[in-house]
Amino acid sequence: MVNKILEIHNLHISFTTFGGEVQAVRGVNLDLYEGETLAVVGESGCGKSVTASSIMGLIPTPPGHIKEGSIRFKGEDMTKLSDRKMRGIRGVDISMIFQDPMTALNPTLTVGDQLTEGLRQHRKVTKKEADAQAVDMLNLVGIPNPDERMKQYPYQFSGGMRQRIVIAMALICEPELLIADEPTTALDVTIQAQILQLFDKIQKETGVSIILITHDLGVVAKVADRIAVMYAGKVVETGTRREIFYEPQHPYTKGLLHSVPRLDQKGEKLIPIDGTPPDLFSPPGGCPFTARCPAAMEVCSRVYPYSTVRSETHEVDCWLQDERAKKHAATIQS
Amino acid sequence: MVTYIVKRFVYMIVTVFIIATLTFFLMNLIPGSPFNEERTTNAVVQQNLEEHYHLHEPLAVQYVLYLKSIITLDFGPSIKQPTETVNALLGRGFPISAELGIWTVLIALISGVALGVFAALKHNHVIDYMAMTIAVLGISIPNFVLATMLIQQLAVQLEWLPAATWSSPAHMVLPVLALATGPMAIIARLTRSSMLETLTQDYIKTARAKGLSPYKIIVKHALKNALMPVVTIMGTLLAGILTGTFVIEKIFAIPGMGKYFVEGINQRDYPVIMGTTVFYSAFLVFMLFLVDIAYGFLDPRIKLHKEGGSS
Ligand SMILES: Nc1ncnc2c1ncn2[C@@H]1O[C@H](COP(=O)(O)OP(=O)(O)OP(=O)(O)O)[C@@H](O)[C@H]1O
Ligand code: SF4
Ligand SMILES: [Mg+2]
Repeated sequence: MVNKILEIHNLHISFTTFGGEVQAVRGVNLDLYEGETLAVVGESGCGKSVTASSIMGLIPTPPGHIKEGSIRFKGEDMTKLSDRKMRGIRGVDISMIFQDPMTALNPTLTVGDQLTEGLRQHRKVTKKEADAQAVDMLNLVGIPNPDERMKQYPYQFSGGMRQRIVIAMALICEPELLIADEPTTALDVTIQAQILQLFDKIQKETGVSIILITHDLGVVAKVADRIAVMYAGKVVETGTRREIFYEPQHPYTKGLLHSVPRLDQKGEKLIPIDGTPPDLFSPPGGCPFTARCPAAMEVCSRVYPYSTVRSETHEVDCWLQDERAKKHAATIQS
Repeated sequence: MVTYIVKRFVYMIVTVFIIATLTFFLMNLIPGSPFNEERTTNAVVQQNLEEHYHLHEPLAVQYVLYLKSIITLDFGPSIKQPTETVNALLGRGFPISAELGIWTVLIALISGVALGVFAALKHNHVIDYMAMTIAVLGISIPNFVLATMLIQQLAVQLEWLPAATWSSPAHMVLPVLALATGPMAIIARLTRSSMLETLTQDYIKTARAKGLSPYKIIVKHALKNALMPVVTIMGTLLAGILTGTFVIEKIFAIPGMGKYFVEGINQRDYPVIMGTTVFYSAFLVFMLFLVDIAYGFLDPRIKLHKEGGSS
């Protein structure tokens, strides 16, 4: 069995706003194994980015704060680390890539400067060594003429090129965990496919573990080893790619799969099921999906379903997994 | 970049030429002349004087002579103080005005930017509110009012600082303070809002995700971008400070260029008016030119595009 590199346990994150407390993440449990790619999917606002940022300690505080729970990275609880220690981990052990490559680079600094500054902050290297490593990284991510390109500014690169640079930047300190928050959403389809191939290649070469956040199930089907489905601040189902695509259990997962956008419909958000997710100011006590669930039962709106373990890798939070519900369904059918 | 600079330089020359021409014709519209005062001058003497200064020549000839004096940078003697040349007046007044101006700009820039950054970093904190209250006050109080208040309180009442003239560093404090407060406040407010905006940018998130220190994030990644709007308004601010020096020099009895300029106008001392005006405008236009170049260096898009645009 491969080791767990990351264990998120019962994570609660809230934002204090003028309107009240937004419970963005409400008890997330998530594990990541060494060298795998975990895809996190779910509708807009379900807490994917907030969860990801919290791993890096990048939740804007205030208004946000971690109320409860732990995030263990190689055994160490990241929620308890000092700012200083956290900075030593960011960009070194864990790196993050954001959605829009057009705005992720500083327009007034050269690409070379931005590539090497992390390296120079965290490792004792000379400028020359850092530059050499940056050129190697640019080669790895497939940027031609890296020596020349180092001296250029972001506006001299296309969107796809910039995302390659962002990836190179994230990988330059050889992190063990890479978090990519919708890295291909802003790119057009052919470039998307190239970037996904690049992730694959990098993982093979460096063994980095990847958390890939996306709306796009097409992307998930291509690269994910395992999938976590989030809904209203909770992970409602996790499983291997095979389990999620072929034996989805949660009605929300099923809904998502029925509305898979084709690869040529770039960046389209999923609107899988009628209705909208619940208000996170006052989330419902029971299953948050009740109002939209075609199979909702009496119990669903009252009590949140416990986690059912279907296999070593497949877990789902839904009352339909309960023996009593199954019996009930059987009696209805017969 | 080179073509960009050359282009700006040509604009600069043209601007100075236009200002000089306008000055000349406007000056000739002012009623009166240096020699018709209360006392009646002998008609012959008057004519001799006018002839000496070419005041009887047709306007066109005077204009050509005037342009010549600008190109040769020799504005001739003052009419009212014939022992002085205009160049000598400028040479004496300019260093003093420049000193006042440079200190004002430095203090306004440094304290304005510092205040703005500080307020932005302490967004919605008491410090932010305090800084912005000071800024609003600074913007709304005109410099001559502030100057009088400062003299009244710090010089007359408390006798901490001298109230007038320009003979030691202590003498500089009040005039510089009076002149710098307005621009400082404007810079502080602009820096604050621009910094707040910059800090929400994705590339700041990227920089944080790299594990850079807060100092690096603010100084290297945020400040340079946040200062662009400040550089953009520097031209206007410089113009404001420059005209402000007239008033401040008058109030604090500072023997700078502004003093000669105002006296020159009151006495219809044509060479002095023309000399100071052309000098002031050339100086200001040159400053704007420097601001443009600074902007080009700050923003790589301008720097390289203009270079590419040379083709
Ligand atoms: N800075 C903040 N202040 C207040 N609320 C916030 C803040 N950041 C996130 N939230 C709230 O947290 C919830 C989860 O947001 P999050 O960005 O994680 O969603 P997401 O799943 O990444 O969505 P998307 O797919 O649109 O990126 C949202 O309801 C959002 O309103
Ligand atoms: S718990 Fe009930 S409401 Fe929630 S998904 Fe399962 S069946 Fe639907
Ligand atoms: Mg998001």
